[in-house]
Amino acid sequence: MRYSVLSLLLNGLTGQRGWRPAWREPNPKPAYDVIIVGGGGHGLATAYYLARQHGIRNVAVIEKGYIGSGNAGRNTTIIRSNYLLPGNEPFYEWSMKLWEGLEQELNYNAMVSQRGVLNLYHSDAQRDAYARRGNAMRLHGVDSELLDAEGVRAMYPFLDFANARFPIRGGLLQRRGGTARHDAVVWGYARAADALGVDILQNCEVTGFLSEGDAITGVETTRGPVRAKKVGLAVAGSTSRVAGKAGLRLPIESHVLQAFVSEGLKPLIDGVVTFGAGHFYISQSDKGGLVFGGDIDGYNSYAQRGNLPVIEDVCEGGMALMPRLGRVRLLRHWGGIMDMSMDGSPIIDRTPRPGLYLNAGWCYGGFKATPASGWCFAHLLARDEAHETARAMRLDRFRTGHLIDEKGVGAQPNLH
Amino acid sequence: MRIPCPFCGSRDAHEFSYLGDATPRRPDPAAPGAEAAFFDYVYLRDNPAGAFEEWWYHAAGCRQWLKVARDTRTHAITGAVLARDVAAPAAPTPAGGETAR
Repeated sequence: MRYSVLSLLLNGLTGQRGWRPAWREPNPKPAYDVIIVGGGGHGLATAYYLARQHGIRNVAVIEKGYIGSGNAGRNTTIIRSNYLLPGNEPFYEWSMKLWEGLEQELNYNAMVSQRGVLNLYHSDAQRDAYARRGNAMRLHGVDSELLDAEGVRAMYPFLDFANARFPIRGGLLQRRGGTARHDAVVWGYARAADALGVDILQNCEVTGFLSEGDAITGVETTRGPVRAKKVGLAVAGSTSRVAGKAGLRLPIESHVLQAFVSEGLKPLIDGVVTFGAGHFYISQSDKGGLVFGGDIDGYNSYAQRGNLPVIEDVCEGGMALMPRLGRVRLLRHWGGIMDMSMDGSPIIDRTPRPGLYLNAGWCYGGFKATPASGWCFAHLLARDEAHETARAMRLDRFRTGHLIDEKGVGAQPNLH
Repeated sequence: MRIPCPFCGSRDAHEFSYLGDATPRRPDPAAPGAEAAFFDYVYLRDNPAGAFEEWWYHAAGCRQWLKVARDTRTHAITGAVLARDVAAPAAPTPAGGETAR
């Protein structure tokens, strides 16, 4: 069923009895052309673009829980393409372009809101670094504006400009950045992929791989073996565990990242603002809660919950940026498991096992990449070659030294 | 999370900084195949879900390195020993580690 004002009206007049489930609950077929392991945003987007762009519709997405139950349902929903390096910026800009047309393409309200992302700077050196990043963005055709303190004050007069240690000197603004509704992205891709014939298999855990010699020829699941010509992994957070079943050892550590939401408030902050002197970022959801976060906890974890030192650190960052936060009550906080790659950048590549493809290492920045990640992973699965915007995201770059060190850090800042 | 420091007793994780997996051993740079061994040492990780041994530095305490046994699924810590008692010959150097977060 196509969603429209008319369908809304008709169902409103007939007691809302006309709605149907947005996707089927099929049983696994014995074999598919492609299996995507992981029913998060990236996996479902991959399945959708496989069917839509490449005509490969005999596809299954296998998810151990329910779709969107991992990091797709646990993030802070920010979308942006304000990267510096040539290996990253075209990819994230492609993602931004896909975000801009996503709702029309999927016929689903993903609440994409280009409310602007502002990165604050607090020193001359940081201004120079941001000017450089802004220039790099513009060289790639991406919008960016370098604001001085007065420019920032005009947007957010309540920030702590006179902070003794970290005075706000200005910021780098990407007006096209913003937020999207994370669950709706998952549901929109799932519904659109399902309509093109993709089987979404929920509560079906991959327990191993089928192989012939070196080649991967399918997966063992809790609902029986399923064969496939190609298997793609999009299981960020659990990549080491799942890839380990195929004998792969990867440059990835799993770490916990916490996020926070306050009680609902009246409109307070209409864009995304990041603190440059610590790791803190904040936006306000359409429901009114302030959504904010900071650093990863910093130790290996699969626990999906974090500890108090980072909560304190995040709240200190918030108070240094925006003192009025002190009277806001925290409603919830939660943790998700990040694939921390060793250079802080993702991997979309083949693996040493023929038939097995990898989409991993998103660190704490995977949500904004969802559309392009799906697009590029589908391209790789369909054509066996990297998409032009994802050529640098190779698995072997750690061995060859071609790191994408956007921040110069991976899981452990002292290591790389 | 509290870490039972063998020297200071049970202390909050706040006082410690983290270095990570205690399994990798720095390879001998003069050995044949050292390049591949260093790639493995620097980049590849087992990243287990479950029992894990890791280095912590008690920066706001006794300033000693600890080897801590922790479960990565529950954060339950089952023990901690001084690194100098167990890590021969290639313990992490404080020079590189003190700046670790």
